[in-house]
Amino acid sequence: MKKKLLWLALFAAVSLPAQAADKIKIGFISTLSGPGGVLGAAIRDGFNLALEHSGGKIGGLPVDVIIEDDQQKPDVAKQLADKLTKRDKVDFVTGVVFQNIMQAVEQPVFQAQIPLISANTGPSDLAGEKCNPLFYAVSWVSDSYSEASGRHMSDKGYKNVFVIAPNYPGGKDVVNGFKRYYKGGFAGEVYTKLGQLDYAVELSQLRAAKPDAVFFFLPGGMGVNFIKQYNQAGLGKEFPLVGTGWSFDQDTLAAVGEPTLGALNTAHWNIDLDNAANKKFVADFEKKYNRLPNEFASQGYDAAMLIDAAVRDVKGNVEDKAALRKALEAANFKSVRGAFKFNRNHFPIQNYYLRQVVKDDKGRLVNKTVATIFKDHPDAYVAECKM
Amino acid sequence: MTVVLFVEQCLNGIQFGLMLFLLAAGLTLVFGVMDLINLAHGSLYMIGAYLTATLTAATGSFLLGLPLAVVATAVIGMALEAGLLRHLYRRDHLSQVLATFALIMIANEATRAIWGVQSLPLNVPDVLSGSVEVLPGVGYPAYRLLIIGVGTLVALALYVLVTRTRMGMLVRAGASNRDMATAMGTDIRRLFTLVFGIGAALCALAGAMLGPLLAVQVGMGENILILAFVVVVIGGIGSVRGAFVGALLVGIVDTFGRAFIPATLRAFAPPALADAAGPSLAAISIYLLMVMVLFWKPQGLFPARG
Repeated sequence: MKKKLLWLALFAAVSLPAQAADKIKIGFISTLSGPGGVLGAAIRDGFNLALEHSGGKIGGLPVDVIIEDDQQKPDVAKQLADKLTKRDKVDFVTGVVFQNIMQAVEQPVFQAQIPLISANTGPSDLAGEKCNPLFYAVSWVSDSYSEASGRHMSDKGYKNVFVIAPNYPGGKDVVNGFKRYYKGGFAGEVYTKLGQLDYAVELSQLRAAKPDAVFFFLPGGMGVNFIKQYNQAGLGKEFPLVGTGWSFDQDTLAAVGEPTLGALNTAHWNIDLDNAANKKFVADFEKKYNRLPNEFASQGYDAAMLIDAAVRDVKGNVEDKAALRKALEAANFKSVRGAFKFNRNHFPIQNYYLRQVVKDDKGRLVNKTVATIFKDHPDAYVAECKM
Repeated sequence: MTVVLFVEQCLNGIQFGLMLFLLAAGLTLVFGVMDLINLAHGSLYMIGAYLTATLTAATGSFLLGLPLAVVATAVIGMALEAGLLRHLYRRDHLSQVLATFALIMIANEATRAIWGVQSLPLNVPDVLSGSVEVLPGVGYPAYRLLIIGVGTLVALALYVLVTRTRMGMLVRAGASNRDMATAMGTDIRRLFTLVFGIGAALCALAGAMLGPLLAVQVGMGENILILAFVVVVIGGIGSVRGAFVGALLVGIVDTFGRAFIPATLRAFAPPALADAAGPSLAAISIYLLMVMVLFWKPQGLFPARG
């Protein structure tokens, strides 16, 4: 009899329906190793700082963050997405850095009806015709930074710009964004091999073309190589260099050093943006990690804050998908970039700034915000989104 | 197309070729003399660059950091040869590829563990940061001229070493017929360690010289290793002279491909086609060169084995 009771009790314990709102599970798939690992690490650090700021909780509930390294390999990312959605049954997926990883992750996550929060990559198809109610980007669309660069160079009255980008679809996309807002002519338009090391050939062409200014988009190590060689060839003094903020984030400035000084770049966030959330973020980030944050870290921070706000708004009931969607769309939190709101394609309407690399009072190389290029700027793809 | 631009691109090609030569010379010696496929050659290049960056920061002088890093990398290379690679000589190429590929991963992870994921700062010394007027009206970065100078000197020194010294004779003997060289009483073990050390030193020199121009980061060796193998195959396995000619050919073909193919195409083909095909054609120009060389000279331009 006693035994039977015990069995009954046990049975009751395991068959009780899980409380929908006792704990939030977040799957964090990011690139934490390999050449792109710096970016994933920055996003993770920003994300963790946000958790610390919210008292180690999400929306007031205990949180379990499962951090996975996709090694920048789509096949690995796909497996991780399957594992997180099917076995771990996470409530949110975030952390993805690269577009090809997002392509591998999006389908399994969407099929599981789980919100996917991008803390970095903003594929233009997900902003346009393939927009999805479950997808939210706290970052930008991949050509937004170059749109701002184009606008700045047009405003500056440049008539003859030299453009250099890698020869792959992402490179062409960014240049197209640039052309959308740059109205002058071109002294040259060069597409290099992806992963190219030495830019002597292009720099010689550039010098011979005598442009008004130079716009470049060369992500990662390519950009580091280019900036070093551009400066070393003495071109820094002759032609102003404008790039996207990705080539001038805080970590890159520290790694490349002096050659970046004076360069102009465009981004949606900067360490000196004057709002309370940002001041707290920058100060605490530096205290915790002993370095200044970059935009990737700011996006990781905002991704966590967005989830935190949405869970709080639905009072922990994340199973109510309609309410959760509404709460995520409302983005009811103080972003470190200042005011922003989601467009109907779930991409931000936000400001884009012109920044210049200067030395701060401690002699460190930092970005200084010098102008606002776009105010409340939507992306170019929202019209194609039927949502 | 002006004369100025043409001269500049020639210099670019020579400079790129000479850097490839530093890498390929060590690779071809190891490959030719020891019959060892060393994929980890690029890792030694990376280690050289990292040590240069670290030692330059520690000593405050590039001129001090560079030789120290070259010596340190040579020592690491010789230790690697004596401790591990020596056991691979009698194995087949597949085992060598697997083992040295593992070395690449170990080296990358170790580098990441020691120095972190972010690339290291290493910049051109101030004295060399300007341009020099090589011809009236043709300015060329001083540091790249230095690379040309150092590369030429090393090529000359290697030439003398291989053709005029006893050690060079042994190396040539080992490359053309290893068994016979051993039978004649050559201490192959010591020779191999030494050759490997020289190869590692050349790698480190390439890494140190290119460090100020390129990102000093994990994985930098793999990118350039492929080019070094192309050079070795074009030049003929085991031949330093072949590596020299091959490296210059690759450097110049790659440079001129990138400089002129897109522009030329734009003049003849419709713009859409030219924009799509130009950069791609330029990117594969050296591989086309390799195919042509192998078609007419399957052993490479200067085969070391008779």
